[in-house]
Amino acid sequence: MPFKIISSQCTGCSACETECPNVAIFEKGGTFVIDPKKCTECIGHFEEPQCVAVCPVDKTCVIDTSLPRYQPPA
Amino acid sequence: MLAAEPKSCGISVGGSKARCGAHSGQGDLPPAIWDKVKKHPCYSVEAHHHYARMHVAVAPACNMQCNYCNRKYDCANESRPGVTSEKLTPEQAAKKVLAVASRIPQMTVLGIAGPGDPLANPDKTFRTFELVAKAAPDIKLCLSTNGLALPDHVDTIARLNIEHVTITINMIDPEIGARIYPWIFYNHKRYSGLEAAKILTRRQLSGLEMLSARGILCKVNSVMIPGINERHLVEVNKAVKSRGAFLHNIMPLIAAPEHGTMFGLKGQRAPRTSELKALQDACEGEMNMMRHCCQCRADAVGLLGEDRSAEFTKEKIVTMTVNYDPEARKATQAGIEAERRARIMPRQEEVQEHAGGTSDIKVLIAVATKGAGLINEHFGHANEFQVYEVSQSGAKFVGHRRVDHYCQGGHGAPDDLAAIIRSINDCHAVFVARIGGRPTSELHKDGIEPVDKYAHEFIETSAIAWFSSYLEKVKSGEIQHVDRGDGAIRQDPMMSVA
Ligand code: SF4
Ligand code: SF4
Ligand code: SF4
Repeated sequence: MPFKIISSQCTGCSACETECPNVAIFEKGGTFVIDPKKCTECIGHFEEPQCVAVCPVDKTCVIDTSLPRYQPPA
Repeated sequence: MLAAEPKSCGISVGGSKARCGAHSGQGDLPPAIWDKVKKHPCYSVEAHHHYARMHVAVAPACNMQCNYCNRKYDCANESRPGVTSEKLTPEQAAKKVLAVASRIPQMTVLGIAGPGDPLANPDKTFRTFELVAKAAPDIKLCLSTNGLALPDHVDTIARLNIEHVTITINMIDPEIGARIYPWIFYNHKRYSGLEAAKILTRRQLSGLEMLSARGILCKVNSVMIPGINERHLVEVNKAVKSRGAFLHNIMPLIAAPEHGTMFGLKGQRAPRTSELKALQDACEGEMNMMRHCCQCRADAVGLLGEDRSAEFTKEKIVTMTVNYDPEARKATQAGIEAERRARIMPRQEEVQEHAGGTSDIKVLIAVATKGAGLINEHFGHANEFQVYEVSQSGAKFVGHRRVDHYCQGGHGAPDDLAAIIRSINDCHAVFVARIGGRPTSELHKDGIEPVDKYAHEFIETSAIAWFSSYLEKVKSGEIQHVDRGDGAIRQDPMMSVA
C-alpha cells in the first residue's frame, strides 16, 4: 500500500518532497501529492516512511488502504 | 557634575576583547568586524536607521516543530505568525533582490529566514545566494536557521561568503527543550522528547563553534517563554557567548490562541515588557544585546520597522524592469556614511559631555522617529516608537513598540489612541515632531508627558536635556517621580505600511 497525502491538510511546505527517496512526491495546485506507482513505503531505504516522519501536520501522509502493499523485489 | 562612566558593551571577537562605546559607532571594534556590521541593520543599532534589509521566502520546508510555530501560517522563528508569505523560486527571488536593490539603494543585506528553515532547503537557499552574489556582489548575505542542520553546511556557508548567520537557540538544557520542541527530523528519523532536544542542542552549539572558528559573525536569537526558559536564557547567554556569538537577541514569545500554535492554544502567556527588559539587562555585559529586532516576516523589505514588501509582490516584480546600478548604489551609501561621520558620530561625544550626575532615577521615554537619530515623526504617523532608558549616564536605546498609525487620513480613532498609550505605558514621556490636541490631553491624563519642543533634533541630546529639567522638577517638588506600568507587546502580525 503506498502512502497518500490528505490534500485538505497539506500546508504545501514541501518538506516531504525532498525527503522522498523515490521522487514520488510532487506539487499540484499548491499542495503535494504522491504518485502511488513510485511509492515504495520507503522499504529498503529507511526505517520509517520519510513523508510521515517529516510532515508537520499529523495524519496528513497516510497509508492508502485501497491499494495493495508494496512488494520489495526478491 | 560628575563625569559619566561611558557605558561599555565589550564583546569578544576572535579572542580580542572589543568595546563599542556608546553602542552605535565603531568604538574599539576591530576594523574588519566594523566593516561587517556598519551597514547591517540588525547587527548595528545605529545602522538600522540608515540601511535596509530584505528577506526572500524561498525556504518553506522545515526539519522540526516548535511549540510557538504553526506551519499552516508562517514560521514564528523569524516572521510573525498569521502572515503567509508568497513562496519564490531562487530565480524569482534573485530578480526580486535586484529590483529592490535598484529602487532602495540603501538596501545592503539579503537574508533568508524561512518561512521554514533555510538549511532544511539547502538547494533553494544556496542557489538563491549564488545567483545574487553573481549579479549584485555588493549585497551582504545573511542566513537564519534553527541550527539542526547547521554543522553539515558550514563549509558551504563559508565558501559562499555568507558573513552573518543567526541561530535560534532557546535552551541548552534538554529538559527545557522537550517543553519547546515536540519533535525533530534528523538522519531520516523523527525524534521526540529529551532525545530530540539533546540532538538539537548538540548540533546548535557545535554549529555555532564551527562558524565562529571561521570568523563568520553569529547572532543568536532566543524566544523568551515565561515559565519555561526565562531564567534559563541567562545560561544560554553564557553558553553562546563562550562559543563566540557576536550578538544576542532575546525576543518576546508571540502566542495568541488565534495563531493556532501549541503555546497559543495552551494559553501560554507572552512576557511583559518589564520582564523582557530585565532579562536583556541581566544578559548584557560582555556581549552586545540586540534590542531593535522587529521580528520581521520572512518576506520583509525595507528599513526595520518599515515594511515595504507590498510594493514588491511576485506579480509586481514580473513587470518591473531591473536597472541595477552598483555605482549609483555606492554613491548613495557613501553619502550616508559621510552624513554619519559628520553629524552622528560627534553627537555621541556631545552626549557624554551633557551626561553625568548622581541621581539614580531612570525613566523610559518613547520617541517617534523616521530614522537618522532624529525626533522627526508626527505622533499620529508613527508606526513604531523607539524606547530609550534615560538616566544621568545617558540615553540608551532599549527597545521599540510597534503601533498602528493613529491618524490615517487626518482622523484618529479613539481605540487606536488607547492601544498606542497601552503600548508605551511604561514610558514617562513621548517625544514627537508634532502632536494634536486630543492625543496630548489623553497622554497627560495617563501620566505620559508629550514633548514636542525638540522637534527635528537628535534623540539622545534631547532626551538628556529633557531629563535634566525633569530631575530639577523632582528636586523642587514640582512633580513627584513615580514608577510607571508595563507596555503591551503587540501580538498581531506586522502589516505592510505601503
Ligand atoms: S513513503 Fe517514502 S517512498 Fe512513499 S511517498 Fe513517502 S517518502 Fe516517498
Ligand atoms: S510535508 Fe506534509 S504539509 Fe508539507 S508538503 Fe508534504 S504533505 Fe504537505
Ligand atoms: S527579524 Fe530581527 S534580526 Fe531578522 S531582519 Fe528582522 S530585525 Fe533583523
